[in-house]
Amino acid sequence: MNAKSSVNSTVLAPSRLEALKAAAVALVLGFGLVWLAGFAYPESVHDAAHDTRHALSFPCH
Amino acid sequence: MIARVLTTGVIAGLVAGLAVAALQHFTTTPLILAAEVYETAQHAHEGADASLALSGLSRTAATSVATIAVSIGYALILLAAMLLSGDAIAPRRAALWGACAFAATGLATALGLAPQLPGMAETELAARQIWWIATAVSTGAGLFALLRLDSTAAKIAGVALIVAPQFFAPQPATPESTAPAELAARFAASSLAVQAISWALAGALVGLVWRLLSREQEA
Repeated sequence: MNAKSSVNSTVLAPSRLEALKAAAVALVLGFGLVWLAGFAYPESVHDAAHDTRHALSFPCH
Repeated sequence: MIARVLTTGVIAGLVAGLAVAALQHFTTTPLILAAEVYETAQHAHEGADASLALSGLSRTAATSVATIAVSIGYALILLAAMLLSGDAIAPRRAALWGACAFAATGLATALGLAPQLPGMAETELAARQIWWIATAVSTGAGLFALLRLDSTAAKIAGVALIVAPQFFAPQPATPESTAPAELAARFAASSLAVQAISWALAGALVGLVWRLLSREQEA
């Protein structure tokens, strides 16, 4: 109900709304992948991504 | 739309990631392996073990998978940024977005935390990760304000967002390293070049794949 009224109140073209939705999905997935490969703590993930973390200068130890 | 965005991100990231993984294999990885020899010697001297569980082909494969994951992530982030700002997604423009992303995540972060070989002096990991992310986001926002907003106030805020994080970089008390300085210098230069290529390639391929998929859909 709330979502519907907010959509009606802002005059977004349907194509723009669709683009924003796609952007949100891409952003979450993109940050998720970079987080997993570049920052995540589990030792197995760290060991597998170790050389990539150093090469792409993500903080590593 | 969501399907086209995800397909573009995966294809562009996969191709860029494979190319960058090959590049890493000949540039940064040999330097990391050389630095580990010095680090292991030092640790053996101190009675500790610093070696990774992976070696040889499995290590190369794991590194390549991680690099592809990062590249797909970069491609999706670039797509999201261009969609949010209402830009047309085309190869040249997307590569420029990639160049700005490199300035934010590569150049700005390297000023405070130079690309590190194993065995170099370091501070607590979490603090470095937080500073890295904050600096990348702040610099990216600053660049957007400088390049895309017209008001003087926005431009001043943009410069402040770019400069401010540099005053808070976590620095080790003593700059000591088990890796020789020449190795470290070569690694810093190679790492920056590899990062620049990762972002530019992810961007250019995003633009190219997007155009191909859009044409196919319209045909």
